[in-house]
Amino acid sequence: MGRTLAEKVWDDHVVRHAEGEPDLLFIDLHLLHEVTSPQAFDGLRKAGRTVRRTDLTLATEDHNTPTLDIDKPIADPVSRAQLETLRKNCAEFGVRLHPLGDVEQGVVHVVGPQLGLTQPGTTVVCGDSHTSTHGAFGALAFGIGTSQVEHVLATQTLPLAPFKTMAITVEGELPESVTAKDLILAIIAKIGTGGGQGYVIEYRGSAIEKLSMEARMTVCNMSIEAGARAGMIAPDETTFAYLEGRPHAPQGDDWDAAVAYWRTLRSDDDAVFDHEVVIDATELAPFVTWGTNPGQGAPLSESVPDPASFEDASEQFAAEKALEYMGLTAGQPLRDIAVDTVFVGSCTNGRIEDLRSAASVLSGHSVADGVRMLVVPGSVRVALQAVEEGLDKVFTAAGAEWRHAGCSMCLGMNPDQLAPGERSASTSNRNFEGRQGKGGRTHLVSPQVAAATAVLGHLASPADLSDAAVSTPVGA
Amino acid sequence: MEAFTTHTGRAVPLRRSNVDTDQIIPAHWLKKVTRDGFEDGLFEAWRKDPEFVLNSAAYKGGTVLVAGPDFGTGSSREHAVWALQNYGFKAVISSRFADIFRGNSLKNGLLTVVLPQETVDRLWKLVEADPAAEVTVDLVDRQVRAEGITADFELDENARWRLLEGLDDISLTLREDESIAAYEARRPSFKPSTVEV
Repeated sequence: MGRTLAEKVWDDHVVRHAEGEPDLLFIDLHLLHEVTSPQAFDGLRKAGRTVRRTDLTLATEDHNTPTLDIDKPIADPVSRAQLETLRKNCAEFGVRLHPLGDVEQGVVHVVGPQLGLTQPGTTVVCGDSHTSTHGAFGALAFGIGTSQVEHVLATQTLPLAPFKTMAITVEGELPESVTAKDLILAIIAKIGTGGGQGYVIEYRGSAIEKLSMEARMTVCNMSIEAGARAGMIAPDETTFAYLEGRPHAPQGDDWDAAVAYWRTLRSDDDAVFDHEVVIDATELAPFVTWGTNPGQGAPLSESVPDPASFEDASEQFAAEKALEYMGLTAGQPLRDIAVDTVFVGSCTNGRIEDLRSAASVLSGHSVADGVRMLVVPGSVRVALQAVEEGLDKVFTAAGAEWRHAGCSMCLGMNPDQLAPGERSASTSNRNFEGRQGKGGRTHLVSPQVAAATAVLGHLASPADLSDAAVSTPVGA
Repeated sequence: MEAFTTHTGRAVPLRRSNVDTDQIIPAHWLKKVTRDGFEDGLFEAWRKDPEFVLNSAAYKGGTVLVAGPDFGTGSSREHAVWALQNYGFKAVISSRFADIFRGNSLKNGLLTVVLPQETVDRLWKLVEADPAAEVTVDLVDRQVRAEGITADFELDENARWRLLEGLDDISLTLREDESIAAYEARRPSFKPSTVEV
């Protein structure tokens, strides 16, 4: 019987297999950030251990870093201490670090791919659930806890329990204004936040093959929001073209050998998946969340659902709680929901294509009165590219704030937060209670919907702007 | 890691599904660089509500958390496990756990037990009717017992053995040094390296 992509990558990393025990897998790339690593380094220190492969380890600062006044000392002493701890640990153990202010600094899941470190057929881990992002390259990439971070630092391996495989096949053409973000939000709403539990998802089909690498990263990034252990997409010419020439991509003979291997990384025709889901791309529309988990979403054209409409009692209760927290009423059109804040950024939607997409909608318009819009590039490199293309000017001319790279408002660990009761349209990945600040209310959206929402002051799609004025594409 | 064999204690019913790790321990607590001192952050936002179950005197000192489905979704933060342990929980029962949370719990000796929702419902009813009712989580026999309830649970033999013995994963893996070195020796040269170019 044939093997799936995930099984092939797994098999190629088995260091030791023994009946009744988890396989011991070799880890090709270990990414670190300041939040989930301090206790792991402490563990190494206490046991007198070293980092086995500093040459397969890379650290960056992202969660705590401010996006304003980055040349000044970090105001929050606890955040500052955590960043200083990472700097001290990296210096002591010999780990390469890109700190705040460095040209390669940024959100860990933006930095790895742009350096060319994330490659097809590799195993990638990080103490961060959105490590699933890297699966876009055909890597087996997953988030781990701090105990596992310590384990990888010490051994460059992880004992891992077997997984199940799920194929999500998306066929057809995505309609205009429907992005990778809308697609993954629709998938999560369909299979649920626990639907992927225990599975590695492989996204396939013609709609997936047409996606750019950055769009593929958006899809794989949110696999964890469906509860999956990882999400993957088979590498193809789009993947190779993205990688070629990047600083850490293979060169010369190594490049040829690598591409020859990467071409073998496809699920065999006779491979059997444990579960299959099929989605018709042509039926999709701009999608937003109304609740407090990423599965509580609906097409923008619909209304806030009635909790009674859910069959399952626990889903009904969850919907009631969500509406209460979100301050919404069943039956209210989603388009009528007014927001205070719009956030464009994060490891989900903080790449150059996302910024281009938001800027193209925003161009020639202004951010509505009473709305603040934050645009936060995913990395310094993304910021530099955006400036070169003049995107920063588009954002600031429209009245948005152009910030320094970092996780920013995706989570409440740095100064960028919602105040209690404030409501955002956010291109990030989690709408959990308090995720963007205590009492904050989050609607997950695509960069295009974010930009249109900023202009109109309520949840909206780019098509809603066409009556007011015709937007001019940026870079066209 | 502290070994886990069997534990008997009072249970706390948490009738919520999709309890994400942001609820278990909010992000601002993650700035700490230790594994302890997280007890006050556990369910911080919900504890502001006087009606929240952890604020009920009847459930004070409970050590077994009985939660709705999809417990521990979201972020990989191991701080969620530490917060539950720092607060005093020894075991969590749910019909479904998020993978990363489950892995983290078992690595720290917090036993996460998967039982059918129907059994979870019966446990909720029992401890809501009698908050003093004791619940036993027995890893030796892989069984949860309470008045009128006996429920077997599954946990793979390897994970069970590690928990029963309180074994440190890293020490076990370091015994495989030869296998790791052999793998490294045959690893293709085109694989990525983080050495600055």
